Amino acid sequence: MNIGLFLAAAVIAGTPLLFATLGGILNEKVGHLNLGVEGMMLMGAIIGFMLGFKTDNAFIALAGAMAAGALGALIYAVLTISFHANQVVTGLALTIFGTGFSSFLGQSMVGQIVSNKLKASFAPVRVPLLADIPVIGEAVFNQSSFVYLGYVSAIILFIYFAYTQWGLNARMVGENPAAADAAGIAVNLYKYTHIVIGGAFCGLGGAFLPLVYVPAWQDGITAGRGWIAVALIIFIGWNPMKAILGGVLFGGLDILGLRLQGAGVHINQYFVDMVPYIVTILVLVIGGFHKGSKASPPKALGNAYFREER
Amino acid sequence: MNQTVAVELKGITKTFGTVVANEKVNLTVQKGEIHALLGENGAGKSTLVNMLSGLYSPDGGYIYIRGKRVQLTSPKQAIEYGIGMVHQHFKLVESFTAKENIIAGKRDTWFTTHKHIEDKILSLCEKYDLKVELSKRVEDMSVGEKQMLEIIKVLYQGADILILDEPTAVLTPQEVERLFNIIRKMKEQDCAVILITHKLHEVMAICDKVSVLRRGENVATVKIAETTPTQLVELMVGRPTDLAIQNYKVAFGEPIYKVNNLTVKDKENVSVLDQVSFVMNTGEILGVAGVAGSGQKELCEALCGTSKISSGELIFKEQHLEGKSPREIYNRGIHIGFVPEDRLGMGLVGNMGIVDNLLLKEYYIQQGLLVNRKGLKDKANNLIHTLEVKTPGIDHPVKQLSGGNIQKVLIGRELALSPDVLVTSYPVRGLDIGAAYQIYDLLNKEKQKGVSILFVGEDLDVLMQISDRILVLCDGKVTGLVNAREITKEALGLMMAGHVQEEGGDYSGNKSYKNA
Repeated sequence: MNIGLFLAAAVIAGTPLLFATLGGILNEKVGHLNLGVEGMMLMGAIIGFMLGFKTDNAFIALAGAMAAGALGALIYAVLTISFHANQVVTGLALTIFGTGFSSFLGQSMVGQIVSNKLKASFAPVRVPLLADIPVIGEAVFNQSSFVYLGYVSAIILFIYFAYTQWGLNARMVGENPAAADAAGIAVNLYKYTHIVIGGAFCGLGGAFLPLVYVPAWQDGITAGRGWIAVALIIFIGWNPMKAILGGVLFGGLDILGLRLQGAGVHINQYFVDMVPYIVTILVLVIGGFHKGSKASPPKALGNAYFREER
Repeated sequence: MNQTVAVELKGITKTFGTVVANEKVNLTVQKGEIHALLGENGAGKSTLVNMLSGLYSPDGGYIYIRGKRVQLTSPKQAIEYGIGMVHQHFKLVESFTAKENIIAGKRDTWFTTHKHIEDKILSLCEKYDLKVELSKRVEDMSVGEKQMLEIIKVLYQGADILILDEPTAVLTPQEVERLFNIIRKMKEQDCAVILITHKLHEVMAICDKVSVLRRGENVATVKIAETTPTQLVELMVGRPTDLAIQNYKVAFGEPIYKVNNLTVKDKENVSVLDQVSFVMNTGEILGVAGVAGSGQKELCEALCGTSKISSGELIFKEQHLEGKSPREIYNRGIHIGFVPEDRLGMGLVGNMGIVDNLLLKEYYIQQGLLVNRKGLKDKANNLIHTLEVKTPGIDHPVKQLSGGNIQKVLIGRELALSPDVLVTSYPVRGLDIGAAYQIYDLLNKEKQKGVSILFVGEDLDVLMQISDRILVLCDGKVTGLVNAREITKEALGLMMAGHVQEEGGDYSGNKSYKNA
């Protein structure tokens, strides 16, 4: 098995996870546990695929995917922020809704393949110099521009949360909304914008699958990647930079079974499918022993915030 | 309009459902004035200032800031008008550094790494004589440091009208003095300061004017120079009240409960109580002083057997109680009553009535498979009668009673088992003056009966009046065990801050402590 080729495949498999993880981080940083990642990915996937299929325009496809994911997130945001609905239940409902939404719209699309013109829009672009780095160069820097968008988003989000005033305000909302409110931060505005933009990221992650990865439509195309993303957020400790590595790692685990079989190693496919989840559980268990480390979840994660409470 | 007026409230009314929290309140605060807001619990002080800080909006009346009529619909707006509030429960993010907490919510730069931000904070600190370590995380700070950080945060936001909600409740006397110096500095800088407090001597010491709220109404605004503590209490309560806490001298009791080298460790194996030794006597109130979190909770729980101890001895009249559960202790015929600080968490079940709460302590003494509530109903009625508990009925959920009545139910239940030792943790916390004095009376009566009482408190004035001896804890260590009659508040404050009492320990209670 060629390490370089495997790594390149892992980067591609990890890209939808990367986008979904970034989307989830945006939700959780402002204190909202959104289990609707899978649903928002599917909504983005079907809308992105349909628009791409109809128009052959990559830009329209991606914009549509983002809008669809954002719409799903907006439903979640209205229910959990303005109506104080339970975040877990709302998130699960969003996943169920997104699954049905994509199945319904995608009924007549099943098996349809992306046109060559659109495929060409997502063809690998070689980054000069960087792609010449041994072993990882080709894998990381000879990829579709869609993949690069993932790296760039992760870096921008990292800088945003670590060094900007708005990022600091957003983190304060997720840590202690009452304190943020007292400090003059518009708590609900921050929550809405971050959750909706997070939804757009999830939509992009979903759209990557039928547009680049497969590239064709199949029902339930995300196949649980949204759930892996939810676990991945914890694994990488809410750090957008680490999301790049986490995506590649879990993407690699995702394709490991197929590659091993291709290399003539006989291992039970079902066992291989379990590996990402087992790794997640192990990480959570190990993480449980290191309390008080920097990578702890936002304090107010999962709690609704009411101002006029006596 | 008068340019020296900072804040003017006219006819402010606020209701929550059917409860009127504020009724036509008028209040004027000048620039460079320290104005106290006094009142019992539920008098509407917090509601009033929350309207000024933009958290609540008034149902009626007008707010004028520097002569201009304003509508404050959010804290953000209040901050823009220069109103800053230091909340009683700090509004800080534990995992953030001091700097991050200070600048959150500001938007004069895009990036938080700008050099001039730190310069601005430091020059502000110099102006008001404040101290802060910008890179220190809030979770590593003491209560005093956190409060200082809150003040810096508010000043950094540009506030010149400051509201301090019970700022001294958790501070040592030395920290209080430092806070007062800062407040005086603010006054010099022409800031208007509104100070909410329960402590009359603080009002007298630092304020220029005082407004007294009673049942949501402003009953009086007077100059400090023209009033006395007695008059203020009368205004607060609505009737003349004797301020002195009765202290009955009881013929000196016998040692009953000995604690030797008690050490308790927490989950991270850090000692929260370290080699604590003392003796409790019958007919005596032993006060426990210390900054919150110095090991008071662990001490109470160790004495009652509700939590494990790591090493040391607990000896009740020659019987060793180490490692015994409360049930085992009870079965030996030793009755230790416990009034925990968390009344509705550890003390009572909020959703149950008085009868069922009594049952919790008695069901296992009863015979048979099913519980018997019959006798308990009489006991509950008796409790209501003797302690004057105000409740709609003995089965009414206790969490709906007022704080004072909840506390009476809890103490009443513990006293019903006629304890030999009564451990009380912050028994008057959150109670108003009237209810607090009833609790003091109750404890004094038990003391006269010969009960040995441990009284964990926060108000040093109360501790010094009600206790016979005071044990001072700092970081889980005993830094002093002194005669309450002969100690000064300053000396207690030093011990609370970790200065060990210079003379040998007065563990028997017979020798008196001399302030060297």
